[in-house]
Amino acid sequence: MGLTNPAAQHRGDEITTIGAVSPNWVTTRLDFLTNWARANSLWPMPFGTACCAIEYMATAASRFDIARFGMERQAFSPRQADVLICAGRLPFKLAPVIRRIWDQMPQPKWSISMGACASSGGIFDNYSMVQGIDTIIPVDVYVPGCPPRPEGLMYGILLLQKKIKGESFTDDSLRDEKLVGPSGLFLPAERVDELSEPFGNSVHQTRSA
Amino acid sequence: MPMSPVSASVPALRAEFGPAVERHLVSCGDTIVYVGRDRSHDVLAWLRDTPGQQFDYLTDVTAVEYRDPELPLEVVYQLRSLSRKADLRVKVALDKREPLEVRSVVDLWRGADWLEREAYDMFGVVFIGHPDLRRILMWETYAEGFPLRKDFPLRGHFSRAEQTRQALAANPEAHYSLEELSIADAFDELPADMRERLARGERGFLK
Repeated sequence: MGLTNPAAQHRGDEITTIGAVSPNWVTTRLDFLTNWARANSLWPMPFGTACCAIEYMATAASRFDIARFGMERQAFSPRQADVLICAGRLPFKLAPVIRRIWDQMPQPKWSISMGACASSGGIFDNYSMVQGIDTIIPVDVYVPGCPPRPEGLMYGILLLQKKIKGESFTDDSLRDEKLVGPSGLFLPAERVDELSEPFGNSVHQTRSA
Repeated sequence: MPMSPVSASVPALRAEFGPAVERHLVSCGDTIVYVGRDRSHDVLAWLRDTPGQQFDYLTDVTAVEYRDPELPLEVVYQLRSLSRKADLRVKVALDKREPLEVRSVVDLWRGADWLEREAYDMFGVVFIGHPDLRRILMWETYAEGFPLRKDFPLRGHFSRAEQTRQALAANPEAHYSLEELSIADAFDELPADMRERLARGERGFLK
């Protein structure tokens, strides 16, 4: 019991990090505070590329208003943002850009994939579009829709808040930076192919639907 | 029976260029003229410069490949005369069995710069004489081919993982042309009033 893990102290030159703690009542109280603060002050980085960006702007405007959820300030600099909201389709040409923006965001960071195109490539199952940004960056919440209604996006934001409130600082793996590996990909190649597989009618290229 | 409204440019073209003008037709009120590849630049220059024609605005340069593989690939020039308010479509048919080359019209209309780059990127048509012919829609090191050709599969040639890998490896900042870089370098050599205007964020003159 206490704030340090007795086993960690014996680990020679390793620094005892605050994450190497066994969960206890104190940590849950600290978690509650930290997560409440983080969830209610998420500053979004609006990575709006296409039509979903219009719906994002509508959600941010006065009728629907995400400021009441803490997203008061749209952080257009990734260095000052908490959530990356990818609103819109992502061409392969823009893939290194979103990867760089994501890498520039400091931890703790989360991402929301807004719309069908960001989640799976949407209707654009072709040579130029990324089939879901989860092949490029880790995604926490997927919001379906083409485009999602503002209420839908707000539901996604609330889901993200719920996810954040369920986190714990004792869990090291949460704040791991998942970088692009030496293979040039962030996920294993088979996984990227699996995520990008066509489904439904688009399996048949000769049909119009 | 109403007459098909053939543009007056057609008989003038035939008088000037004879056999280089292969055929013409009217479709949905638009006049389309087919011109041989060898004299395409001369024809377009004549259309721009001749007083009765004055097609001073190049609306578009694009290309068409038809589903029938035996039909040639056509490079399409959509011309407009702003003063006469007239349109004309000039097509150059390129046999697919030969290299897809046609003379660039950048020297006639500066707007053709990016339009021809797009036609090159999507169809592989090489515009001879173009100052900076490189890809514009796909990234410059895109290696899968020319996407809008009929033999190009919808999802590309490579696997999704390979496409993602190549996309992530591309350098997005390497897209600037030599002209843009030299303009940035030569900022100090610009006239003082131009530097001031650029510094203030103004673009161009407003009269």
